[in-house]
Amino acid sequence: MGNEEAVFFSRVLTELTLSFHIIYATIGVGIPLMIMIAQWVGIRKNDEHYILLARRWARGFVITVAVGVVTGTAIGLQLSLLWPNFMELAGNVIALPLFMETFAFFFEAIFLGIYLYTWDRFENQKKHLLLLIPVAIGASFSAVFITIVNAFMNAPQGFDLVNGELININPILAMFNPAMPTKVAHVVVTAYMTSAFVLASIAAFRLLKGSNHVYHKKALFLTLKLGLIFSIAAAIIGDFSGKYLAEYQPEKLAAAEWHFETEENASLIMYGILEDGEVKYAIEIPYALSVLAHGDPFAEVIGLDQFSEDEIPPLYIHYLFDLMVSIGMGLTFLSGLYVFATWRRWSFVQTKWFRWLLVAGGPLAMLAIEAGWWMAEVGRQPWILRGIMRTEDAATTSGQVDIMLVLFAGLYLILGVGSVVVLRRMFRKNPVEQEIEDRRKEQEGDFS
Amino acid sequence: MTLTLEIIGISVLWMFLFGYVIVASIDFGAGFFNAYNTLTRREHILTNIIQRYLSPVWEVTNVFLVFFFVGVIGFFPKTAFYYGTTLLVPASIAIILLALRGSYYAFATYGTNGHKGYTFMYGITGLFIPASLSTVLTISEGGFISMVKGNPVLDYWELFSSPLTWSIVVLSLVAVLYISAVFLTWYANKAGDHSATELLRKYALIWAIPTMITASGIIFELRGHNPEHYARILDLWWVFGISFLMFVGTVWLIWKRKNYGLAFGLLAAQFALAFFGYGVSHYPYLLYPYLTIYDSFTNEAMAIALIVAFIAGLGLLLPSLYLLLRLFLFNKDYVRGNKDNHA
Repeated sequence: MGNEEAVFFSRVLTELTLSFHIIYATIGVGIPLMIMIAQWVGIRKNDEHYILLARRWARGFVITVAVGVVTGTAIGLQLSLLWPNFMELAGNVIALPLFMETFAFFFEAIFLGIYLYTWDRFENQKKHLLLLIPVAIGASFSAVFITIVNAFMNAPQGFDLVNGELININPILAMFNPAMPTKVAHVVVTAYMTSAFVLASIAAFRLLKGSNHVYHKKALFLTLKLGLIFSIAAAIIGDFSGKYLAEYQPEKLAAAEWHFETEENASLIMYGILEDGEVKYAIEIPYALSVLAHGDPFAEVIGLDQFSEDEIPPLYIHYLFDLMVSIGMGLTFLSGLYVFATWRRWSFVQTKWFRWLLVAGGPLAMLAIEAGWWMAEVGRQPWILRGIMRTEDAATTSGQVDIMLVLFAGLYLILGVGSVVVLRRMFRKNPVEQEIEDRRKEQEGDFS
Repeated sequence: MTLTLEIIGISVLWMFLFGYVIVASIDFGAGFFNAYNTLTRREHILTNIIQRYLSPVWEVTNVFLVFFFVGVIGFFPKTAFYYGTTLLVPASIAIILLALRGSYYAFATYGTNGHKGYTFMYGITGLFIPASLSTVLTISEGGFISMVKGNPVLDYWELFSSPLTWSIVVLSLVAVLYISAVFLTWYANKAGDHSATELLRKYALIWAIPTMITASGIIFELRGHNPEHYARILDLWWVFGISFLMFVGTVWLIWKRKNYGLAFGLLAAQFALAFFGYGVSHYPYLLYPYLTIYDSFTNEAMAIALIVAFIAGLGLLLPSLYLLLRLFLFNKDYVRGNKDNHA
């Protein structure tokens, strides 16, 4: 296998691993917070349903967290196995957050083990809830630290490269690079948002499938309220991300928006297709790109004309950008409508078709996460470390990457199918009505 | 050897690798014994004990390994170039096995009520993982990697036809079973499960002698393969000597059915001494003869940052680990199965 092939297969394998891992990682970051909120609401309102909600979510969470852990281990090692030259360089400058991530994860793993095995062990429910705080903190900080590494790849700083030698290395400066605030905030908030919509999907699905229990209605309302809050936050942070890109990675923004000529009063191109360099069937929103990039409708936005041909990312990232933004907006609207209508007691949100929309929300949110990451990664090309190292120079020279790709694809298939089958079986066998009944009997038994 | 940043870095990492070797061995061995007993239709004896121990800690085991390899890249970034390029196949196989093992453990424990096929897979992967990971130690002895056009290339034929490779593989397997049996004997005894204790005690005694024979065999193999390393091992003969005495102590206690807790303590000390003796004699090489801890070391700023992060992290972890052990490993009610508060 020539080096070109090794580069190609390394890219495919990394993309496959990340695309698979991000599903479980996103759930892993967001769900602990949701469990915490549900349990807290349950304690405050003294409502068994919310506590049971937390308990059942926690049970499902263990399955997803297991897949998240093992695929996270896979990507952690694959970085060195597939991109040894990159890791040699990166190890010198950005190893600190990678190292801290293992601590955050360690912390999370320990307390998750404790939390899972101490239900009903404490007289005071609040003590049990306290155990969940380190889990949620550890989960979110894992995301923070790993995203810092990704931010560094987009906006490397904290070192000088003189004749191929790294000097003046400052690990802290490398961590707090310009891409870090918006990227970290965006990743964490969208993980919360997606988790909320995934849980809402499940509740809506159960309601559609004949269970009219108030438990599911409470779950749906709670998760959609959270989904609304986090999707608004995601939109605001998304706006800041646009401003970051305009300042530090204008080629990424220009490629995502099909902004070819540098100009003032730039309009935003939504949707459309690209045919022989011509944009067709697009919606043009005047001044909107200038607003997104600089918060000023008349500001100048740098276009692709400022960059040489071999430093422009692939233009298909425009489709990914549109997909991500459309889903994000759609979900904000959908959850907003649901919350408002429920408050006003409008009955159309109880109808079948509306519930099907809510069911679609979870998978769509996950699709937006995928599209966002594909855009982030493809949009950084041709660089693995922007301006410093090209992707093709970072890859392994090993000849066996293609075989490994096949093996890992098989692994992810097994894990994906396995986790779905197990989760389905777990909740099918023990529907919530039965569990509520069981608990009631248990408690009555206590008093007799 | 003065206490330089390089030495601190490698010591920290070696400590964590040792932690992994012990906790993972217990886990791997437990899986194997469980599968073996299911095969011989005696699963009722061990399953409970093993489940009780593994359930709350399985995730923690993995972290030790992740910590080690992330730390290696942090402290010694050049290892990414040498080991990253050459270990693609063995490390990928180990990851795949670890992934199957870890996730299916969770699937079976939390999701369904056990499945025989899964039990066997859990047992078998527990043997293949140490085997594939141990080849890294073999490769580090040198002689299997050559530089082709400035890139390191691993010679698979050389690796798999070398007796050293296979003795290290055998040692890893035997040691896994021995460490696990001794620990579980102690654990079963704490749980007051007499038949499990007796069975595990038998396993511990069975695997004790092969552990010692293969370990000595490797030192002998090294004389031919890597004379420099062999000579340094001989310089540290007293470390390995004390380690051997600890081994005798463990076997004696188990034989006499006395103080299993102390027996496991001695075993941990035996392996710690041998592990650090091996590590120190390997010094200064990470990979003979290309890579030493000095020429692969990161810059000073990063090293200090990592050490500070490590100390801060440890301040967070040690109390948490203590809490975990107190609630599960050293909690009588939990160990004996009087309480089950699983979500």
